[in-house]
Amino acid sequence: MTAPHEPHDPAADAGADHGPGPTPAPGTPPPTGDAAAAETAASGTPLLELAGVSKHYGNIRALEQVSLTVRGGAVTCVLGDNGAGKSTLIKIIAGLHRHDAGIFRVDGAETTLASPRQALELGIATVYQDLAMVPLMPVWRNFFLGSEPTVGRGPLRRLDVRLMRSTTRERLLRMGIDLRDVDQPIGTLSGGERQSVAIARAVHFGARVLVLDEPTAALGVKQAGVVLRRVAAARDEGLGVVLVTHNPHHAHLVGDHFVLLKRGAMAGDHAAGEITLDELTRQMAGGSELAELGHELRRAASPGPDSDE
Amino acid sequence: MSATVESIAAEDERLLPRSPLRRLISRPELGSVLGAIAVFLVFAVVADNFLRAGSLGTVLYAASTIGIMAVPVALLMIGGEFDLSAGVMVTSSALISSMISYEFTANVWVGVGVSLVATLAIGLFNGILLTRTGLPSFIITLGTFLMLTGLNLGFTKLISGTVATKSIADMDGFPAARALFASHLTIGSFAIQVTVLWWIGMVAVATWILLRTRAGNWIFAVGGGRDAARAVGVPVERTKIGLYLGVAFGAWISGQHLLFNYNVVQSGEGVGNELIYIAAAVIGGCLLTGGYGSAIGAAVGALIFGMTSKGIVFAQWDPNWFKFFLGAMLLAATLLNLWIRRRAEATR
Ligand SMILES: Nc1ncnc2c1ncn2[C@@H]1O[C@H](COP(=O)(O)OP(=O)(O)OP(=O)(O)O)[C@@H](O)[C@H]1O
Ligand SMILES: [Mg+2]
Repeated sequence: MTAPHEPHDPAADAGADHGPGPTPAPGTPPPTGDAAAAETAASGTPLLELAGVSKHYGNIRALEQVSLTVRGGAVTCVLGDNGAGKSTLIKIIAGLHRHDAGIFRVDGAETTLASPRQALELGIATVYQDLAMVPLMPVWRNFFLGSEPTVGRGPLRRLDVRLMRSTTRERLLRMGIDLRDVDQPIGTLSGGERQSVAIARAVHFGARVLVLDEPTAALGVKQAGVVLRRVAAARDEGLGVVLVTHNPHHAHLVGDHFVLLKRGAMAGDHAAGEITLDELTRQMAGGSELAELGHELRRAASPGPDSDE
Repeated sequence: MSATVESIAAEDERLLPRSPLRRLISRPELGSVLGAIAVFLVFAVVADNFLRAGSLGTVLYAASTIGIMAVPVALLMIGGEFDLSAGVMVTSSALISSMISYEFTANVWVGVGVSLVATLAIGLFNGILLTRTGLPSFIITLGTFLMLTGLNLGFTKLISGTVATKSIADMDGFPAARALFASHLTIGSFAIQVTVLWWIGMVAVATWILLRTRAGNWIFAVGGGRDAARAVGVPVERTKIGLYLGVAFGAWISGQHLLFNYNVVQSGEGVGNELIYIAAAVIGGCLLTGGYGSAIGAAVGALIFGMTSKGIVFAQWDPNWFKFFLGAMLLAATLLNLWIRRRAEATR
């Protein structure tokens, strides 16, 4: 796997180090005040904090007593098998679902997010695993869906189409995607291209916290590298990042903190310095000697081989 | 990092401008425009009087009475829902207006105003019931369709004792209201009904909303991917309720036209028209599953209806064949749209 950094990443440590210091203002559009973000980062209050959070779907316990902290300038990785509850956790942070028990704090204040809109307004942007795209709509309309910029006022208030198109093209170029046509229905893009659009969108709107649910799953080696660089860049800009992945190699490259989920419950919580890549891989594979093979099989055909779950 | 960005940007000069032909072929209304041209040519050849100014005015009038409803129905379909109550809602709107004015011997504008509020309330009822229960719109609006059909007949019989309302032609404000909803303007030898202007206005506003406003973006999104739209913060419920209010607004205009054109309203009218509106929208390129379509297409679909219904008369064919032609045209247009869309996707 070609990766931007060595496994023991000095940049990651540097990123973690500058957490308590004065954080540079994020380069992305600032909705609710960078000053507040910088201040909370400086005073050590985490951007997000989940304590003992549970979520039930009817009688299905999807999440049980999970705790997690997201700080500015740090990457928190969430790892776990299929069905472990990773996406459920992400949906609570994104405002799509409400938690049933436990405490969810944003900037130290207890919150229950009522809608994805509210999460976005707090500067939390999410890349969903199913990408949340409308296949028949053009790329540029999907990119800004729900947060469309407008010009003019009163009845003449209209979409700023020129800005929407040029921003979409420019943001995708930065992700390494050269799109033939931003007017293409997004359903006609390849899976990896769609994923890149979703990530570019979240990077564009994620002012303080960037949440990524398996962003590298459908990507080629080069694009996965671009995504990990974006994650590192967002971290260096002082954003808090939550990265869900099946891939311990990716996690270990950028992660400052690793949260392991198993059947909806916490199975481990480690800081980057405390755990080696081998140990992380072993824990993810349930300690089996087949860790390496299991990992390869999982990447070859994602849902199949985990027959023990 | 920035060096990478630049090199990528530099090598991306392959971005070709979209060819005008491909832009045209990917428009949803293309099929309906081709169909309209074909129908026009057929009647221009077989019906001697079809090309006279008076005949074209009649055709446009017939098209406008359907088009005023087909446009908001198309928007609703793009938003992924149906309204089976749209046809009888027109009659309800006319009946409310007429009865309020007549029974309270009020100025007709009072009836017109009350009717607007009441019709919008019916649309709101449909929209709220749909978004609260999550039931399919087919079921919910089938319910309102049946209820309104019954209410129209029942109330009219109860109040006026017959199946039609009393004439309101001699009441205060009638001439002005008639000028707004049921008059015609003469430009040279060409008489144009005011409903045609309402129709054109609705198409213009609907197209503006669809293509150039946030609400339009949301309409496409709630129809094409409701869960995705919700996940990125689109107000799905509000958008759908707004679309039902749009249909109700169209029903109000149509209903007032019905009333002020004929002075009386037949309480059993309107049943079955909802399917004609839907057919016009489908001929115009709207997908039944939502997320795709255009207001202009729906207007062209209505024009095809107008041309066929009047063209058959001008050609002195038996008008009983009308519905058969409509059905055949609906199928042909849908197949044509499907074929064009496949081609458009293949050329990408
Ligand atoms: N809407 C829902 N209704 C009922 N059960 C659900 C729902 N969403 C998720 N679940 C269940 O909750 C559990 C956790 O699901 P989740 O999607 O969070 O897993 P995950 O860790 O993201 O898995 P994957 O790696 O496959 O994406 C699963 O057993 C799933 O079946
Ligand atoms: Mg998941």
